[in-house]
Amino acid sequence: MTYTEKIHQGFTHPIDTADPRTLAWLIRRHGLEMTHLSRGSHIGAIFSLAEIMATLYARVLQVRPQEPDWPGRDRLILSKGHAGAAVYAALAERGFFQVEELKTHYADGSRLSGHVSHKGIPGVEFSTGSLGHGLAVAAGMALAAQKDGQTHRVYCVLGDGECDEGAVWEAALIAHQFRLDRLVAVVDHNKMQSLDFCENTLSLSPFAEKWRTFGWNAIEADGHDVDALESAFDQARQNAGTGKPTVIIAHTVKGKGVSFMENNILWHYRTPQGEEYDAALKELEAQRP
Amino acid sequence: MRDAFTRVLQRLAAEDPNLLLVTGDLGFGVLKPFWEAYPDQFINAGIAEQAMTGLAAGLAREGKTVLTYSIGNFPTLRCLEQIRNDCAYHDANVKIVCVGGGFVYGSLGMSHHATEDMAILRALPQVTVFTPGDPAEVEAVVPVMIRTPGTCYLRLGRGGEPTLHQAPIENYRLGQGLTLRPGRDIALLSAGGILTQTMSAAALLAQKGIEAEVVSFPTLKPIDRELILALGRRFPWLVCVEEHTVIGGLGSAVCEVLAEAGSPCRVCRIGMPDVYSSIVGTQQYLRGRYGMDDAAIARRAEELLQSTEEAQP
Repeated sequence: MTYTEKIHQGFTHPIDTADPRTLAWLIRRHGLEMTHLSRGSHIGAIFSLAEIMATLYARVLQVRPQEPDWPGRDRLILSKGHAGAAVYAALAERGFFQVEELKTHYADGSRLSGHVSHKGIPGVEFSTGSLGHGLAVAAGMALAAQKDGQTHRVYCVLGDGECDEGAVWEAALIAHQFRLDRLVAVVDHNKMQSLDFCENTLSLSPFAEKWRTFGWNAIEADGHDVDALESAFDQARQNAGTGKPTVIIAHTVKGKGVSFMENNILWHYRTPQGEEYDAALKELEAQRP
Repeated sequence: MRDAFTRVLQRLAAEDPNLLLVTGDLGFGVLKPFWEAYPDQFINAGIAEQAMTGLAAGLAREGKTVLTYSIGNFPTLRCLEQIRNDCAYHDANVKIVCVGGGFVYGSLGMSHHATEDMAILRALPQVTVFTPGDPAEVEAVVPVMIRTPGTCYLRLGRGGEPTLHQAPIENYRLGQGLTLRPGRDIALLSAGGILTQTMSAAALLAQKGIEAEVVSFPTLKPIDRELILALGRRFPWLVCVEEHTVIGGLGSAVCEVLAEAGSPCRVCRIGMPDVYSSIVGTQQYLRGRYGMDDAAIARRAEELLQSTEEAQP
């Protein structure tokens, strides 16, 4: 059985990846398999992001899998590059490249690095990995579009722990100053970072209020409810013309979908192997859409 | 050099509306003519060099040619990772411009001494490094830099340096070293604004009957390998002069070329020893203090020739 067959078994074909619930499940399923095969980290962050990425790729982003460099496309930068598997999985399932390639994540000679890389990978807009870089680059893309009178949007997905980085707030100031109202940031607010909860590390609260005082339009949503997310993205779209950039603070749970990974800091780094892999797979199978 | 830079840049901005200049809230007086003439091509990103550099990368990914501008170490070391990851790795058309290479801001203290930038930027893959030595070289390299795809670094001196080239430099090509003065006995190689001292050192040596050839390297990376090897065949010593640490800059680049080619030519590196300067002073004072003013360069060259003669009686 190929990697693709293993992941896709049990689905009626063709799989409806335009359904965000299906796509979110597939992102989690790939996340589990990819980190299992590679003995890789960050499954907690990948699971936390699944509905956000699924909603973006299934419902929100104007992109063309057969023409990944289409100039009118919406841009997406995953600034929390350590959850790159979620982007790779979404892109592959949406037809940007072969699903089978996902099995090479982390492998010797692979182009699918642990932290997301754009080199040679159709649909990846920008490489990240060091936190705090993406929002400024996204602001640059949005500023270029504004100068050229283009109407596409630029999305940037950040982690909450990432917001410890000063460069995020430099970029927030710039986006406000230049009235980048087609820039939409999404923060995967799972309340955890590398070693501990955000609150015990560098507290971000009141988080939405911080963004508002930086001049942003802030929307809070349940980051695992694809309808709520879609509605938040709709509100962000309607915000064009107000001169304010928008941030969607998506309330999420790190490790969402597997009970023993949820809200457990261990699963920032731990790789699913042995009985833990089997148990996680069983839980995911029970949630198959 | 600053003024030559803005003069050329204004000409290039007129030709290309996609050319943007982004400053980190510096350049009062220097950039004013530019922002008055091309307000739509000028962006002040505030005192936020990391975001300035990321912003530039984003603009460049959308087809703009973007210059980032600041002084000393601010446009380089402060945002080094943005240069590495966001600009260089993405082949982003970002041209990083530093005013104040070396001890230009000598009196302002160690924070403002740009004395490791050449080495650090030279170490980054996919970054081209320009170190013009006088206003004529600035006029020659800036259009080349704008035409060179990808990320580049331009290290400028200050305002008001003398023009050392006798005539405008025609058809400068990327990576070319330029000979300013022919010589017979020893070669003085120079990168950046220290060229004034290197040239006057050659004049001092001439008074003692020593004919020093002076070569400037307006492009530090890629370095003019052929020219260095040719100099290595003609001279017993190549004296490399830079207002920069002796680690990793021009002297190191020259050593790499000669050693890899098995050249018997010897190299003397004149620059900052492996220290920060806690002493302040004018640029010229600090050059003297660290043995890289004209008198010190000439003295060192003379000593080298004497030692060679003593070794070969």
